[in-house]
Amino acid sequence: MARRVLRIALVHLILILAVLLVGFPLIFALIKATQTGSAVNSANLIPSTHLWDNLLSAWNGAKLGLYIRNSFVVAVGITVLKVVTSALAAMALVYFRIPAKGLLFTLILLTLMLPSDLLVVALFDLVNKLGWANTYQAIILPFAASATGIFLLRQHFMNVPPSLLDAARIDGAGPFRFLFAVLIPLSWNTIGALTLIQFIYGWEQYLWPLIIIRDSSHQVIQVGLKSLIGQASGQTDWGMVMAGTLVAILPPIVMFTLLGRQFSRGFILSESK
Amino acid sequence: MNAIAVFKNRWLAFLMLLPTLVVLGLFLYYPALETLRLSLYRANFVFQTETFVGLAQFQQLLTDPAYYQSLLQTVIFCALVVFLGLAFGLSLAILANQPIHGAAVYRSLLLYPYALSPAIAGTLWLFMFNPEVGLVNNILRTLFGIAPRWLDNPILAFTLVVFAAVWKNIGYNLAFYTAALQNLPGELLEAAALDGATPWQRFRYVTLPLLSPITFFLFFVNLTYAVFDTFSLVDILTAGGPTLGKTGITTFLIYRVYQDGFQNFQTGFAAAQAILMLIMVGGITVLQFRVGRRVNYGA
Repeated sequence: MARRVLRIALVHLILILAVLLVGFPLIFALIKATQTGSAVNSANLIPSTHLWDNLLSAWNGAKLGLYIRNSFVVAVGITVLKVVTSALAAMALVYFRIPAKGLLFTLILLTLMLPSDLLVVALFDLVNKLGWANTYQAIILPFAASATGIFLLRQHFMNVPPSLLDAARIDGAGPFRFLFAVLIPLSWNTIGALTLIQFIYGWEQYLWPLIIIRDSSHQVIQVGLKSLIGQASGQTDWGMVMAGTLVAILPPIVMFTLLGRQFSRGFILSESK
Repeated sequence: MNAIAVFKNRWLAFLMLLPTLVVLGLFLYYPALETLRLSLYRANFVFQTETFVGLAQFQQLLTDPAYYQSLLQTVIFCALVVFLGLAFGLSLAILANQPIHGAAVYRSLLLYPYALSPAIAGTLWLFMFNPEVGLVNNILRTLFGIAPRWLDNPILAFTLVVFAAVWKNIGYNLAFYTAALQNLPGELLEAAALDGATPWQRFRYVTLPLLSPITFFLFFVNLTYAVFDTFSLVDILTAGGPTLGKTGITTFLIYRVYQDGFQNFQTGFAAAQAILMLIMVGGITVLQFRVGRRVNYGA
Protein backbone atom coordinates (compact mmCIF):
# COMPACT_ATOMS: atom_id res chain seq x y z
CA MET A 1 0.00 0.00 0.00
CA ALA A 2 2.71 2.46 0.99
CA ARG A 3 4.60 1.53 -2.14
CA ARG A 4 1.54 2.29 -4.24
CA VAL A 5 1.09 5.71 -2.66
CA LEU A 6 4.76 6.45 -3.21
CA ARG A 7 4.51 5.39 -6.83
CA ILE A 8 1.50 7.64 -7.46
CA ALA A 9 3.24 10.55 -5.73
CA LEU A 10 6.24 10.00 -7.97
CA VAL A 11 4.05 10.03 -11.12
CA HIS A 12 2.47 13.30 -9.96
CA LEU A 13 5.88 14.80 -9.25
CA ILE A 14 7.26 13.90 -12.69
CA LEU A 15 4.12 15.17 -14.42
CA ILE A 16 4.15 18.47 -12.51
CA LEU A 17 7.81 18.93 -13.45
CA ALA A 18 7.00 18.09 -17.08
CA VAL A 19 4.08 20.54 -17.16
CA LEU A 20 6.26 23.30 -15.69
CA LEU A 21 9.07 22.58 -18.12
CA VAL A 22 6.84 22.23 -21.18
CA GLY A 23 4.57 25.10 -20.19
CA PHE A 24 7.31 27.41 -19.00
CA PRO A 25 8.06 29.29 -22.23
CA LEU A 26 4.36 30.17 -22.47
CA ILE A 27 4.03 31.26 -18.84
CA PHE A 28 7.22 33.25 -19.33
CA ALA A 29 5.77 35.00 -22.40
CA LEU A 30 2.59 35.77 -20.46
CA ILE A 31 4.51 37.35 -17.57
CA LYS A 32 6.93 39.31 -19.74
CA ALA A 33 4.02 40.69 -21.78
CA THR A 34 2.83 42.48 -18.63
CA GLN A 35 6.16 44.11 -17.83
CA THR A 36 7.88 47.18 -19.16
CA GLY A 37 11.27 48.89 -19.14
CA SER A 38 14.17 47.22 -17.34
CA ALA A 39 11.96 44.58 -15.67
CA VAL A 40 11.43 42.85 -19.05
CA ASN A 41 15.15 42.46 -19.58
CA SER A 42 15.82 41.12 -16.09
CA ALA A 43 15.15 37.78 -14.40
CA ASN A 44 12.12 39.36 -12.68
CA LEU A 45 9.14 36.99 -13.04
CA ILE A 46 6.56 38.99 -11.12
CA PRO A 47 3.62 39.98 -13.35
CA SER A 48 3.12 43.70 -13.71
CA THR A 49 0.34 45.88 -15.11
CA HIS A 50 1.56 46.94 -18.55
CA LEU A 51 -0.12 44.24 -20.66
CA TRP A 52 -2.51 46.73 -22.26
CA ASP A 53 0.26 49.25 -23.06
CA ASN A 54 2.35 46.50 -24.65
CA LEU A 55 -0.61 45.24 -26.65
CA LEU A 56 -1.41 48.75 -27.89
CA SER A 57 2.16 49.51 -28.87
CA ALA A 58 2.38 46.18 -30.74
CA TRP A 59 -1.05 46.56 -32.33
CA ASN A 60 -0.61 50.11 -33.58
CA GLY A 61 3.09 50.94 -33.42
CA ALA A 62 4.44 47.65 -34.79
CA LYS A 63 1.55 46.89 -37.18
CA LEU A 64 0.45 43.78 -35.26
CA GLY A 65 -3.18 44.60 -36.03
CA LEU A 66 -2.46 44.67 -39.74
CA TYR A 67 -0.53 41.37 -39.69
CA ILE A 68 -3.25 39.63 -37.69
CA ARG A 69 -5.94 40.85 -40.07
CA ASN A 70 -3.93 39.61 -43.06
CA SER A 71 -3.37 36.23 -41.41
CA PHE A 72 -7.11 35.92 -40.80
CA VAL A 73 -7.94 36.67 -44.42
CA VAL A 74 -5.36 34.13 -45.59
CA ALA A 75 -6.12 31.34 -43.09
CA VAL A 76 -9.91 31.62 -43.50
CA GLY A 77 -9.59 31.88 -47.28
CA ILE A 78 -7.40 28.78 -47.51
CA THR A 79 -9.62 26.81 -45.13
CA VAL A 80 -12.91 27.60 -46.84
CA LEU A 81 -11.53 26.98 -50.33
CA LYS A 82 -9.88 23.71 -49.32
CA VAL A 83 -12.97 22.32 -47.61
CA VAL A 84 -15.25 23.27 -50.52
CA THR A 85 -12.97 21.99 -53.30
CA SER A 86 -12.25 18.79 -51.32
CA ALA A 87 -15.91 18.06 -50.64
CA LEU A 88 -16.84 18.56 -54.31
CA ALA A 89 -13.95 16.44 -55.57
CA ALA A 90 -14.52 13.66 -53.03
CA MET A 91 -18.19 13.52 -53.94
CA ALA A 92 -17.39 13.32 -57.65
CA LEU A 93 -14.93 10.49 -56.96
CA VAL A 94 -17.30 8.44 -54.82
CA TYR A 95 -20.79 9.00 -56.21
CA PHE A 96 -20.29 9.56 -59.94
CA ARG A 97 -19.53 7.20 -62.76
CA ILE A 98 -16.62 8.84 -64.54
CA PRO A 99 -13.89 7.51 -66.79
CA ALA A 100 -10.29 7.17 -65.53
CA LYS A 101 -11.40 7.69 -61.95
CA GLY A 102 -8.52 5.66 -60.52
CA LEU A 103 -6.00 7.65 -62.52
CA LEU A 104 -7.49 10.97 -61.38
CA PHE A 105 -7.39 9.92 -57.74
CA THR A 106 -3.78 8.75 -58.13
CA LEU A 107 -2.82 12.09 -59.70
CA ILE A 108 -4.42 13.89 -56.77
CA LEU A 109 -2.69 11.70 -54.17
CA LEU A 110 0.69 12.00 -55.90
CA THR A 111 0.74 15.71 -55.05
CA LEU A 112 1.42 14.63 -51.46
CA MET A 113 4.93 13.88 -52.73
CA LEU A 114 5.32 17.46 -54.01
CA PRO A 115 5.74 19.62 -50.89
CA SER A 116 5.07 23.22 -51.92
CA ASP A 117 8.08 24.33 -49.83
CA LEU A 118 10.28 22.70 -52.47
CA LEU A 119 8.49 24.36 -55.37
CA VAL A 120 8.86 27.95 -54.16
CA VAL A 121 11.55 28.79 -56.72
CA ALA A 122 9.32 28.01 -59.70
CA LEU A 123 6.19 29.20 -57.90
CA PHE A 124 7.83 32.58 -57.34
CA ASP A 125 8.43 32.90 -61.07
CA LEU A 126 4.86 31.83 -61.92
CA VAL A 127 3.13 34.08 -59.40
CA ASN A 128 5.22 37.06 -60.47
CA LYS A 129 4.30 36.42 -64.10
CA LEU A 130 0.63 36.33 -63.08
CA GLY A 131 1.22 39.76 -61.53
CA TRP A 132 0.21 38.55 -58.06
CA ALA A 133 3.26 39.60 -56.05
CA ASN A 134 2.20 41.35 -52.82
CA THR A 135 -1.43 40.25 -53.05
CA TYR A 136 -3.68 38.03 -50.96
CA GLN A 137 -4.36 35.66 -53.85
CA ALA A 138 -0.63 34.90 -54.04
CA ILE A 139 -0.75 33.32 -50.58
CA ILE A 140 -4.28 31.85 -50.83
CA LEU A 141 -4.93 30.40 -54.28
CA PRO A 142 -1.87 28.10 -54.57
CA PHE A 143 -3.25 26.31 -51.48
CA ALA A 144 -6.93 26.17 -52.50
CA ALA A 145 -7.00 22.40 -53.03
CA SER A 146 -5.96 19.58 -50.74
CA ALA A 147 -5.11 15.94 -51.42
CA THR A 148 -5.39 15.26 -47.69
CA GLY A 149 -8.87 16.78 -47.59
CA ILE A 150 -10.05 14.77 -50.60
CA PHE A 151 -8.57 11.60 -49.13
CA LEU A 152 -10.23 12.05 -45.73
CA LEU A 153 -13.63 13.03 -47.14
CA ARG A 154 -13.56 10.28 -49.77
CA GLN A 155 -12.81 7.75 -47.03
CA HIS A 156 -15.67 9.12 -44.99
CA PHE A 157 -18.17 9.21 -47.89
CA MET A 158 -17.40 5.59 -48.73
CA ASN A 159 -18.45 4.58 -45.22
CA VAL A 160 -21.83 6.30 -45.49
CA PRO A 161 -24.48 3.52 -45.62
CA PRO A 162 -25.60 3.00 -49.27
CA SER A 163 -29.21 2.67 -48.03
CA LEU A 164 -29.22 6.43 -47.36
CA LEU A 165 -28.30 7.07 -50.95
CA ASP A 166 -31.04 4.72 -52.15
CA ALA A 167 -33.56 6.49 -49.94
CA ALA A 168 -32.48 9.89 -51.26
CA ARG A 169 -32.70 8.61 -54.84
CA ILE A 170 -36.18 7.24 -54.32
CA ASP A 171 -37.20 10.64 -52.93
CA GLY A 172 -35.89 12.09 -56.20
CA ALA A 173 -32.93 13.98 -54.70
CA GLY A 174 -30.26 15.13 -57.15
CA PRO A 175 -26.54 15.18 -56.39
CA PHE A 176 -26.51 18.58 -54.67
CA ARG A 177 -29.61 17.90 -52.60
CA PHE A 178 -27.93 14.66 -51.49
CA LEU A 179 -24.69 16.52 -50.71
CA PHE A 180 -26.34 19.20 -48.57
CA ALA A 181 -29.17 17.21 -46.99
CA VAL A 182 -27.39 13.91 -46.32
CA LEU A 183 -23.62 13.90 -46.79
CA ILE A 184 -22.63 17.17 -45.11
CA PRO A 185 -24.78 16.67 -41.98
CA LEU A 186 -23.19 13.21 -41.62
CA SER A 187 -19.67 14.55 -42.08
CA TRP A 188 -19.38 17.26 -39.43
CA ASN A 189 -16.61 15.45 -37.56
CA THR A 190 -14.48 15.02 -40.66
CA ILE A 191 -15.21 18.56 -41.87
CA GLY A 192 -14.44 19.92 -38.40
CA ALA A 193 -11.14 18.04 -38.26
CA LEU A 194 -10.26 19.24 -41.75
CA THR A 195 -11.18 22.84 -40.90
CA LEU A 196 -8.92 22.73 -37.84
CA ILE A 197 -5.93 21.24 -39.69
CA GLN A 198 -6.24 23.63 -42.62
CA PHE A 199 -6.82 26.74 -40.53
CA ILE A 200 -3.68 26.02 -38.53
CA TYR A 201 -1.79 25.22 -41.72
CA GLY A 202 -2.88 28.56 -43.20
CA TRP A 203 -2.19 30.48 -40.00
CA GLU A 204 1.33 29.04 -39.70
CA GLN A 205 2.46 29.67 -43.29
CA TYR A 206 5.90 31.21 -43.29
CA LEU A 207 8.33 30.41 -46.11
CA TRP A 208 6.03 31.33 -49.02
CA PRO A 209 4.77 34.69 -47.61
CA LEU A 210 8.37 35.52 -46.62
CA ILE A 211 9.36 35.18 -50.28
CA ILE A 212 6.40 36.53 -52.22
CA ILE A 213 5.14 39.34 -49.93
CA ARG A 214 7.55 42.23 -49.90
CA ASP A 215 5.38 45.00 -48.47
CA SER A 216 4.00 44.91 -44.96
CA SER A 217 0.44 45.81 -45.96
CA HIS A 218 -0.19 42.18 -47.03
CA GLN A 219 2.28 40.40 -44.76
CA VAL A 220 1.10 37.67 -42.36
CA ILE A 221 1.76 37.57 -38.64
CA GLN A 222 4.29 34.70 -38.65
CA VAL A 223 6.66 36.68 -40.86
CA GLY A 224 5.58 39.93 -39.21
CA LEU A 225 7.00 38.63 -35.91
CA LYS A 226 10.42 39.15 -37.43
CA SER A 227 9.77 42.83 -37.96
CA LEU A 228 8.35 43.12 -34.42
CA ILE A 229 11.65 41.71 -33.12
CA GLY A 230 13.70 43.86 -35.49
CA GLN A 231 11.93 47.12 -34.58
CA ALA A 232 14.11 50.07 -33.58
CA SER A 233 17.24 48.42 -34.98
CA GLY A 234 18.75 46.17 -32.36
CA GLN A 235 16.98 47.58 -29.32
CA THR A 236 14.11 45.08 -29.21
CA ASP A 237 11.12 45.93 -26.99
CA TRP A 238 10.64 42.36 -25.76
CA GLY A 239 7.60 43.16 -23.63
CA MET A 240 5.85 44.35 -26.79
CA VAL A 241 7.07 41.29 -28.77
CA MET A 242 5.78 38.89 -26.10
CA ALA A 243 2.39 40.66 -26.13
CA GLY A 244 2.40 40.22 -29.92
CA THR A 245 3.15 36.48 -29.71
CA LEU A 246 0.28 36.01 -27.24
CA VAL A 247 -2.14 37.56 -29.73
CA ALA A 248 -0.72 35.38 -32.51
CA ILE A 249 -1.24 32.22 -30.42
CA LEU A 250 -4.89 33.00 -29.62
CA PRO A 251 -6.67 32.10 -32.91
CA PRO A 252 -5.22 28.54 -33.09
CA ILE A 253 -6.05 28.00 -29.42
CA VAL A 254 -9.63 29.17 -29.97
CA MET A 255 -9.90 26.83 -32.97
CA PHE A 256 -8.56 23.95 -30.87
CA THR A 257 -11.06 24.61 -28.15
CA LEU A 258 -13.93 24.82 -30.63
CA LEU A 259 -12.99 21.88 -32.85
CA GLY A 260 -10.74 19.69 -30.68
CA ARG A 261 -13.48 17.13 -30.11
CA GLN A 262 -14.21 16.83 -33.83
CA PHE A 263 -10.49 16.55 -34.42
CA SER A 264 -10.07 13.53 -32.17
CA ARG A 265 -13.28 11.90 -33.46
CA GLY A 266 -12.84 12.61 -37.12
CA PHE A 267 -9.10 12.37 -37.48
CA ILE A 268 -7.25 10.56 -34.71
CA LEU A 269 -9.71 7.66 -34.70
CA SER A 270 -9.61 7.26 -38.46
CA GLU A 271 -5.80 7.46 -38.44
CA SER A 272 -5.30 4.76 -35.85
CA LYS A 273 -7.67 2.38 -37.60
CA MET B 1 -16.01 2.01 -54.98
CA ASN B 2 -17.95 1.70 -58.22
CA ALA B 3 -20.78 -0.10 -56.42
CA ILE B 4 -22.04 3.18 -54.92
CA ALA B 5 -21.27 5.38 -57.93
CA VAL B 6 -24.78 6.14 -59.09
CA PHE B 7 -24.94 9.64 -60.53
CA LYS B 8 -24.22 9.53 -64.23
CA ASN B 9 -23.82 13.19 -65.17
CA ARG B 10 -20.19 13.16 -66.33
CA TRP B 11 -20.06 16.88 -67.02
CA LEU B 12 -21.22 17.73 -63.54
CA ALA B 13 -18.64 15.36 -62.03
CA PHE B 14 -15.97 16.95 -64.16
CA LEU B 15 -17.03 20.43 -63.04
CA MET B 16 -16.83 19.33 -59.41
CA LEU B 17 -13.30 18.04 -59.91
CA LEU B 18 -12.21 21.03 -61.97
CA PRO B 19 -11.24 23.46 -59.16
CA THR B 20 -9.04 20.82 -57.54
CA LEU B 21 -7.44 19.79 -60.83
CA VAL B 22 -6.72 23.39 -61.85
CA VAL B 23 -5.14 24.30 -58.51
CA LEU B 24 -3.06 21.13 -58.25
CA GLY B 25 -2.04 21.34 -61.89
CA LEU B 26 -1.16 25.02 -61.96
CA PHE B 27 0.43 25.36 -58.52
CA LEU B 28 1.99 21.92 -57.93
CA TYR B 29 2.51 19.94 -61.15
CA TYR B 30 3.52 22.87 -63.33
CA PRO B 31 6.00 24.32 -60.77
CA ALA B 32 7.43 20.82 -60.26
CA LEU B 33 8.13 20.49 -64.00
CA GLU B 34 9.40 24.07 -64.13
CA THR B 35 11.74 23.35 -61.19
CA LEU B 36 13.08 20.36 -63.12
CA ARG B 37 13.64 22.55 -66.20
CA LEU B 38 15.29 25.36 -64.20
CA SER B 39 17.67 22.86 -62.59
CA LEU B 40 19.26 22.43 -66.02
CA TYR B 41 19.76 26.17 -66.54
CA ARG B 42 22.01 28.67 -64.87
CA ALA B 43 19.17 31.12 -64.29
CA ASN B 44 18.68 34.34 -62.41
CA PHE B 45 15.30 35.95 -61.59
CA VAL B 46 16.68 39.43 -61.15
CA PHE B 47 18.41 39.72 -64.50
CA GLN B 48 15.98 37.35 -66.28
CA THR B 49 18.89 35.35 -67.70
CA GLU B 50 18.95 31.64 -68.55
CA THR B 51 21.84 29.57 -69.91
CA PHE B 52 21.49 25.85 -70.51
CA VAL B 53 24.15 23.98 -68.53
CA GLY B 54 22.80 20.41 -68.49
CA LEU B 55 23.61 18.52 -65.32
CA ALA B 56 26.46 20.85 -64.36
CA GLN B 57 24.64 22.23 -61.32
CA PHE B 58 23.98 18.74 -59.99
CA GLN B 59 27.64 17.93 -60.47
CA GLN B 60 28.55 21.15 -58.68
CA LEU B 61 26.28 20.21 -55.76
CA LEU B 62 27.48 16.64 -55.46
CA THR B 63 31.12 17.71 -55.34
CA ASP B 64 30.51 20.57 -52.90
CA PRO B 65 31.69 19.77 -49.33
CA ALA B 66 29.38 22.49 -47.96
CA TYR B 67 26.37 20.70 -49.47
CA TYR B 68 27.40 17.40 -47.89
CA GLN B 69 27.85 19.16 -44.58
CA SER B 70 24.30 20.57 -44.84
CA LEU B 71 23.01 17.10 -45.72
CA LEU B 72 24.77 15.53 -42.73
CA GLN B 73 23.50 18.30 -40.40
CA THR B 74 19.97 17.78 -41.70
CA VAL B 75 20.17 14.01 -41.10
CA ILE B 76 21.47 14.44 -37.55
CA PHE B 77 18.92 17.15 -36.81
CA CYS B 78 16.03 15.04 -38.15
CA ALA B 79 17.19 11.92 -36.29
CA LEU B 80 17.35 13.84 -33.01
CA VAL B 81 14.05 15.68 -33.48
CA VAL B 82 12.19 12.50 -34.46
CA PHE B 83 13.74 10.26 -31.81
CA LEU B 84 13.50 12.74 -28.92
CA GLY B 85 10.04 13.87 -30.02
CA LEU B 86 8.64 10.33 -30.05
CA ALA B 87 10.46 9.30 -26.84
CA PHE B 88 9.26 12.33 -24.85
CA GLY B 89 5.79 12.15 -26.38
CA LEU B 90 5.34 8.47 -25.51
CA SER B 91 6.84 8.75 -22.00
CA LEU B 92 4.62 11.69 -21.10
CA ALA B 93 1.57 10.03 -22.68
CA ILE B 94 2.12 6.89 -20.57
CA LEU B 95 2.57 8.92 -17.39
CA ALA B 96 -0.45 11.12 -18.12
CA ASN B 97 -2.61 8.06 -18.80
CA GLN B 98 -1.94 6.42 -15.42
CA PRO B 99 -5.08 5.98 -13.32
CA ILE B 100 -4.39 9.03 -11.14
CA HIS B 101 -6.40 12.11 -10.22
CA GLY B 102 -6.08 15.00 -12.61
CA ALA B 103 -4.60 12.94 -15.46
CA ALA B 104 -6.83 14.76 -17.96
CA VAL B 105 -5.62 18.13 -16.62
CA TYR B 106 -1.98 17.13 -17.11
CA ARG B 107 -2.77 15.95 -20.63
CA SER B 108 -4.42 19.21 -21.68
CA LEU B 109 -1.65 21.33 -20.11
CA LEU B 110 1.01 19.32 -21.95
CA LEU B 111 -0.88 19.75 -25.22
CA TYR B 112 -0.51 23.52 -25.49
CA PRO B 113 2.83 23.92 -27.26
CA TYR B 114 1.14 22.35 -30.27
CA ALA B 115 -1.05 25.44 -30.62
CA LEU B 116 2.14 27.46 -31.24
CA SER B 117 3.63 27.91 -34.66
CA PRO B 118 7.34 27.10 -35.12
CA ALA B 119 7.88 30.83 -35.77
CA ILE B 120 6.45 31.71 -32.35
CA ALA B 121 8.46 28.92 -30.72
CA GLY B 122 11.55 30.48 -32.32
CA THR B 123 10.61 33.95 -31.02
CA LEU B 124 10.12 32.72 -27.43
CA TRP B 125 13.41 30.83 -27.39
CA LEU B 126 15.22 33.76 -29.01
CA PHE B 127 14.21 35.96 -26.08
CA MET B 128 14.83 33.36 -23.35
CA PHE B 129 18.31 32.61 -24.66
CA ASN B 130 19.26 36.17 -25.64
CA PRO B 131 22.83 36.52 -24.30
CA GLU B 132 22.34 40.01 -22.80
CA VAL B 133 18.72 40.31 -21.70
CA GLY B 134 17.44 36.71 -21.82
CA LEU B 135 16.17 34.99 -18.69
CA VAL B 136 18.54 32.03 -18.95
CA ASN B 137 21.67 34.15 -18.96
CA ASN B 138 20.27 36.51 -16.31
CA ILE B 139 19.97 33.49 -14.03
CA LEU B 140 23.30 31.94 -15.05
CA ARG B 141 25.06 35.28 -14.51
CA THR B 142 23.63 35.65 -11.01
CA LEU B 143 24.27 32.06 -9.96
CA PHE B 144 27.53 31.16 -11.72
CA GLY B 145 28.82 34.39 -13.23
CA ILE B 146 28.67 33.01 -16.78
CA ALA B 147 26.76 34.19 -19.86
CA PRO B 148 27.15 31.73 -22.79
CA ARG B 149 26.71 33.13 -26.31
CA TRP B 150 23.95 30.60 -27.10
CA LEU B 151 23.42 31.61 -30.71
CA ASP B 152 27.07 32.30 -31.63
CA ASN B 153 28.51 28.99 -30.44
CA PRO B 154 27.80 26.30 -33.11
CA ILE B 155 27.26 23.40 -30.69
CA LEU B 156 25.04 25.42 -28.35
CA ALA B 157 23.04 26.90 -31.24
CA PHE B 158 22.46 23.47 -32.81
CA THR B 159 21.37 21.99 -29.46
CA LEU B 160 19.05 24.92 -28.87
CA VAL B 161 17.36 24.52 -32.27
CA VAL B 162 16.92 20.76 -31.67
CA PHE B 163 15.27 21.26 -28.29
CA ALA B 164 13.08 24.15 -29.45
CA ALA B 165 11.88 21.96 -32.35
CA VAL B 166 11.23 18.95 -30.08
CA TRP B 167 9.47 21.13 -27.51
CA LYS B 168 7.13 22.62 -30.10
CA ASN B 169 5.95 19.18 -31.29
CA ILE B 170 5.55 17.39 -27.93
CA GLY B 171 1.83 18.19 -27.71
CA TYR B 172 1.16 16.63 -31.10
CA ASN B 173 2.95 13.37 -30.31
CA LEU B 174 1.34 13.25 -26.90
CA ALA B 175 -2.16 13.67 -28.38
CA PHE B 176 -1.74 10.80 -30.84
CA TYR B 177 -0.08 8.46 -28.32
CA THR B 178 -2.82 9.25 -25.80
CA ALA B 179 -5.53 8.34 -28.31
CA ALA B 180 -3.68 5.12 -29.18
CA LEU B 181 -3.12 4.17 -25.52
CA GLN B 182 -6.79 4.67 -24.73
CA ASN B 183 -7.73 2.34 -27.59
CA LEU B 184 -5.41 -0.48 -26.49
CA PRO B 185 -7.20 -3.78 -25.77
CA GLY B 186 -7.12 -4.00 -21.96
CA GLU B 187 -7.52 -7.80 -21.94
CA LEU B 188 -4.07 -8.35 -23.41
CA LEU B 189 -2.35 -6.29 -20.71
CA GLU B 190 -4.42 -7.96 -17.98
CA ALA B 191 -3.57 -11.39 -19.35
CA ALA B 192 0.11 -10.49 -19.36
CA ALA B 193 -0.14 -9.20 -15.80
CA LEU B 194 -1.86 -12.45 -14.70
CA ASP B 195 0.94 -14.43 -16.31
CA GLY B 196 3.37 -12.56 -14.07
CA ALA B 197 4.86 -10.09 -16.54
CA THR B 198 6.55 -7.13 -14.84
CA PRO B 199 5.42 -3.59 -15.79
CA TRP B 200 8.52 -3.20 -17.95
CA GLN B 201 7.88 -6.54 -19.71
CA ARG B 202 4.25 -5.56 -20.30
CA PHE B 203 5.40 -2.28 -21.83
CA ARG B 204 8.20 -3.81 -23.92
CA TYR B 205 6.37 -6.91 -25.21
CA VAL B 206 2.69 -5.86 -25.25
CA THR B 207 2.19 -2.08 -25.31
CA LEU B 208 5.09 -1.10 -27.56
CA PRO B 209 4.30 -3.62 -30.36
CA LEU B 210 0.61 -2.66 -30.21
CA LEU B 211 1.62 0.98 -30.64
CA SER B 212 3.80 0.31 -33.68
CA PRO B 213 1.22 1.50 -36.26
CA ILE B 214 0.88 4.88 -34.53
CA THR B 215 4.65 5.11 -33.97
CA PHE B 216 5.12 4.44 -37.65
CA PHE B 217 2.63 7.19 -38.57
CA LEU B 218 4.20 9.66 -36.12
CA PHE B 219 7.69 8.83 -37.37
CA PHE B 220 6.86 10.17 -40.83
CA VAL B 221 4.84 13.15 -39.59
CA ASN B 222 7.73 14.17 -37.34
CA LEU B 223 10.21 13.63 -40.14
CA THR B 224 8.24 15.95 -42.44
CA TYR B 225 8.06 18.46 -39.61
CA ALA B 226 11.81 18.30 -39.03
CA VAL B 227 12.67 18.66 -42.73
CA PHE B 228 10.20 21.40 -43.73
CA ASP B 229 8.20 22.99 -40.90
CA THR B 230 11.20 23.90 -38.75
CA PHE B 231 12.29 26.38 -41.42
CA SER B 232 10.61 29.32 -39.68
CA LEU B 233 12.04 28.34 -36.30
CA VAL B 234 15.55 28.25 -37.76
CA ASP B 235 15.02 31.48 -39.70
CA ILE B 236 14.02 33.40 -36.57
CA LEU B 237 16.34 31.73 -34.07
CA THR B 238 19.65 31.39 -35.95
CA ALA B 239 19.04 32.39 -39.61
CA GLY B 240 21.10 29.34 -40.61
CA GLY B 241 24.17 30.27 -38.56
CA PRO B 242 26.59 30.22 -36.83
CA THR B 243 29.27 29.01 -39.21
CA LEU B 244 31.16 25.81 -38.48
CA GLY B 245 33.48 24.37 -41.12
CA LYS B 246 32.08 24.99 -44.60
CA THR B 247 28.63 26.39 -43.77
CA GLY B 248 26.22 27.46 -41.03
CA ILE B 249 25.55 24.69 -38.52
CA THR B 250 21.78 25.18 -38.81
CA THR B 251 21.81 25.70 -42.58
CA PHE B 252 19.70 22.62 -43.28
CA LEU B 253 18.78 21.55 -46.82
CA ILE B 254 15.56 23.59 -47.06
CA TYR B 255 17.31 26.66 -45.66
CA ARG B 256 19.97 26.25 -48.34
CA VAL B 257 17.32 26.27 -51.06
CA TYR B 258 15.98 29.53 -49.64
CA GLN B 259 19.42 31.15 -49.29
CA ASP B 260 20.62 30.21 -52.76
CA GLY B 261 17.30 30.95 -54.41
CA PHE B 262 16.28 34.18 -52.70
CA GLN B 263 19.36 35.68 -51.08
CA ASN B 264 22.09 34.71 -53.55
CA PHE B 265 19.65 34.73 -56.51
CA GLN B 266 21.07 31.53 -58.02
CA THR B 267 17.68 30.40 -59.26
CA GLY B 268 18.81 27.37 -61.25
CA PHE B 269 21.17 26.21 -58.52
CA ALA B 270 18.35 26.39 -55.94
CA ALA B 271 16.08 24.49 -58.35
CA ALA B 272 18.69 21.71 -58.63
CA GLN B 273 18.76 21.45 -54.82
CA ALA B 274 14.96 21.29 -54.75
CA ILE B 275 15.04 18.43 -57.29
CA LEU B 276 17.53 16.48 -55.16
CA MET B 277 15.26 16.97 -52.15
CA LEU B 278 12.21 15.88 -54.17
CA ILE B 279 14.08 12.68 -55.04
CA MET B 280 14.81 12.13 -51.34
CA VAL B 281 11.13 12.78 -50.46
CA GLY B 282 10.12 10.27 -53.15
CA GLY B 283 12.53 7.68 -51.74
CA ILE B 284 11.19 8.15 -48.23
CA THR B 285 7.58 7.88 -49.46
CA VAL B 286 8.31 4.60 -51.25
CA LEU B 287 9.98 3.32 -48.09
CA GLN B 288 6.94 4.40 -46.10
CA PHE B 289 4.62 2.36 -48.34
CA ARG B 290 6.90 -0.70 -48.35
CA VAL B 291 7.39 -0.80 -44.60
CA GLY B 292 3.84 0.40 -43.99
CA ARG B 293 2.38 -2.75 -45.44
CA ARG B 294 4.46 -4.88 -43.11
CA VAL B 295 3.69 -2.79 -40.02
CA ASN B 296 -0.04 -2.93 -40.55
CA TYR B 297 -0.18 -6.65 -41.17
CA GLY B 298 2.46 -7.46 -38.57
CA ALA B 299 0.85 -5.63 -35.66
